[in-house]
Amino acid sequence: MKKKKELVISLVLIAVLIGILRLMEINISPQSKWAMLMTVLKKGSIYALVAVSMNLLNGFTGLFSLGQAGFMMIGAYTYAIFTIPADQREMVYMYYNGGIVKFAIPAICGVLLAGVFAAFFAFLIGIPVLRLKSDYLAIATLGFAEIMRALFQWDTLGPLTNGSNMLRSYPTPASASVIYPFVVSGVCIAVIVLMINSTYGRAFKAIRDDEIAAEAMGINLAHHKRIAFTVSSFFAGISGALLAMFQTNVQAKSFNSAMTYEILLIVVIGGIGSVTGSVISSFLFIACSEWLLRFLDEQHVIGEFTVPLMRSGFRKVVFSIIIMVIVLFFRQGIMGTREFSISGILNKISGRSRKAQKGEPK
Amino acid sequence: MRETVLKVENVTMQFGGVIAVDNMNLVVKKGEIVSMIGPNGAGKTTAFNVITGVYPPTNGAVYFNGEKIVENHPQGKMKKLYKGENNGQYSHVLAPTPDRITKLGIARTFQNIRLFKSQTVFENILIAEHLRRTSNLFSATFHLNGAEEAQMRSEADELLHILELDDVRDEMATSLPYGKQRRVEVARALATKPSLLLLDEPAAGMNPQETDELTAFIGRIRDDFNLTIFMIEHHMDLVMEISDRIYVLDFGKTIAEGIPEEIQNNPRVIEAYLGGAVDE
Amino acid sequence: MEWLSRNLPYLLAGISVGGQYALIAIGYTMVYGILRLINFAHGDIFMVAGLMMVYLSASLPIYVSIPLVIVLTVLIGFTVERVAYKPLRSAPRMSVMISAIGVSYLLQNLALYITGGLAQQYPAIPWISDQITVFGASTKRVTVITPFLTIILVVLLVALIKNTKIGMAMRAASKDFETSQLMGIKINSVISMTFIIGSFLAAIGSLLFFSNYTGVTPTIGTMPGLKAFVAAVFGGIGSIPGAVIGAFIIGICENLVMMANQYVSIDISNFKDAFAFLLLIIILFFKPTGLFGEKQTDKV
Repeated sequence: MKKKKELVISLVLIAVLIGILRLMEINISPQSKWAMLMTVLKKGSIYALVAVSMNLLNGFTGLFSLGQAGFMMIGAYTYAIFTIPADQREMVYMYYNGGIVKFAIPAICGVLLAGVFAAFFAFLIGIPVLRLKSDYLAIATLGFAEIMRALFQWDTLGPLTNGSNMLRSYPTPASASVIYPFVVSGVCIAVIVLMINSTYGRAFKAIRDDEIAAEAMGINLAHHKRIAFTVSSFFAGISGALLAMFQTNVQAKSFNSAMTYEILLIVVIGGIGSVTGSVISSFLFIACSEWLLRFLDEQHVIGEFTVPLMRSGFRKVVFSIIIMVIVLFFRQGIMGTREFSISGILNKISGRSRKAQKGEPK
Repeated sequence: MRETVLKVENVTMQFGGVIAVDNMNLVVKKGEIVSMIGPNGAGKTTAFNVITGVYPPTNGAVYFNGEKIVENHPQGKMKKLYKGENNGQYSHVLAPTPDRITKLGIARTFQNIRLFKSQTVFENILIAEHLRRTSNLFSATFHLNGAEEAQMRSEADELLHILELDDVRDEMATSLPYGKQRRVEVARALATKPSLLLLDEPAAGMNPQETDELTAFIGRIRDDFNLTIFMIEHHMDLVMEISDRIYVLDFGKTIAEGIPEEIQNNPRVIEAYLGGAVDE
Repeated sequence: MEWLSRNLPYLLAGISVGGQYALIAIGYTMVYGILRLINFAHGDIFMVAGLMMVYLSASLPIYVSIPLVIVLTVLIGFTVERVAYKPLRSAPRMSVMISAIGVSYLLQNLALYITGGLAQQYPAIPWISDQITVFGASTKRVTVITPFLTIILVVLLVALIKNTKIGMAMRAASKDFETSQLMGIKINSVISMTFIIGSFLAAIGSLLFFSNYTGVTPTIGTMPGLKAFVAAVFGGIGSIPGAVIGAFIIGICENLVMMANQYVSIDISNFKDAFAFLLLIIILFFKPTGLFGEKQTDKV
């Protein structure tokens, strides 16, 4: 009964959210100063997905992996390679005689395929690297991401990946409408949450808390680590496809270790082990870095007085100082390991109103 | 004649040049409570780790219910380094991971309690139910295994009820008092439905009253859950009261074996514990 | 002879860049040995040292700016430890590593802000940057000096660690952090000393590195930093000789890739950077704690 009520409320809230997004989309023109908000919402929702997928590994399974950007890259490339319309290929692959892929699949199939490819690579990479512990795992996954990046820029693979040239001209629904990335990311995050709450999710958390005890409880470490790693990469791949749409072009060199660090910072700011934390922090992170602090990059003159320091690049300095402050003084992040849930809020509201009815002092 | 549940055969464990367990041979029979005692560093926990697959022995084999579950022989660098006995008697390698051993029906607790720290007592128990799942990743994720999930939960609750842990069901496992934590760890091991339970110093850090309660508790779960129990313990009151048989280890070697009365009067045991003071 | 003059530059470059990686790798491996922290900011300290040289040498003579750069780099390394790592001493290791990533992000963004994102030309240091000819191959003098200087510094460092009181404290702290604290070792000064030595060597490394590769950009520290860390892991993290040998192997190997590139029909030059990681993964597969690393077992 209670579950049903929650479900109904969630569905209503989702419908309202989509409605609001649609209204914003119609009313905010690209010239208005609110246009940046739409960009933030699009990119934020994409980063939310990859942050949650990283949290599944680092926060819920205790696997310290730094390969997320690499799997995003695989997803982005997969999507781009298979969805560029056949008649555009001659132009995109101009240095490689139109490339070797001569067909195009629908965008949504491309998104799925992006996840599948990323998961497949993760499965292969997982065989050697998942035997490694903590820091060694981190540096090995980072290393694999770098190797992948070199591979994708390799001239010999040019007919497939277009070498170090950009891939473009593929369909970009996630750039056209804010609803698209929201829905895709939302569905994916919902699946991850369901998994975390299943018996497999409990096994992941057991591994995180104590590998030796988990093994003694009959949990096959290698098998479960592989599942977590593959699933996480699947969703990283999908977010890569979304990012490819958002950017409208893909180039391997942008998927570097700095990108992985950025995602890791988002996870940490949101709270390691909190899905809602990762989501909230993604939007905040993107909003701060792309939009809210933008005024810091411009020179301001008040009367005769020129505000010192403010010029191009200052925004990023301030932003990194904010991050350092969070890392040093708010170690738990925004949410810690807590989750933000409708039932929690309902309980709070109903609890409060009940108290009010009884006339209890606050 | 009761059937043999656990048989450790010629097991030697050598770390580098140090022999931690030296040619151990022991047998635990169905329904017995067998204790292993010995001074610190005698190799007791190492023996447990070999039995439960944490690491393979350097040489020797382990049988469970008549079936060989672990076997190893010196390999690689160990070929030259090996100082133990029975070299060359074993030629196969059988080194299952701990989870496989648990699935066979051997559960254990740890000397330094290893509960899942971010989880409640109930969740700690529930994790042990995972090994009997029939659902796959897909059906579990999309909650298509409702019946199984409900059964897991009801089994975990039932176990908590039997072991009188209902009152702490939703507390964080590591916030409980020490004695309770031990009990939760035993409950968690029982949730894997073992036929053989290995307890590594279950009474460590307990006061006399808690130890008495534990003694009764161990006897009770043996009967209620139809268990065979093999434990490491230092509290002699507990060991002498509850054990059917006792093995004594010193410097990796088994120096005595027998029923409690025999052990109490064995001069070698007294020497090992008192460091030869008797002779002087 | 022709083969030699064609391939020697690659070998020389490999040995030289290997020495430069070694100087950075020591900073990683010493910090890791004591704090179990991958100091992701170390590569950026190296970059900052390069940038400071650019700006200082613009107004000061070279012989003043070189020691000044070294002192300032040491100061920055020391400050970073005090501000960003020391408050997290009791926090989980993950938090400290995140803090290191945060510092790296901050240093890069600061550099971006100051330089405006343009590559800065590193000054030519007299004598060191001069062109010389070795066996018919033309190169800068720094290429030849680097390996010798590296080895001298490493010998001095090892002697310091072996024979001085602070060195003994460092060894104790890396063996067992808690116990050494109980034994009355002032752990904070040991850690500071580690960062001071690490930054000092990184400053020397940056002098040598940028004399060869003269464009200083805000992100230039990332790759050499990562590779130096890979070298440290490769050699067995925590071991100084391991880090040095690992660094030379990686430096030489990546230049061998470039050398081989002349002879194969397909272009493999863009695997130069990735090759270090490939080596790392291979070695970790066979020796999970690196070449000279001690085997670790979990206590059950």
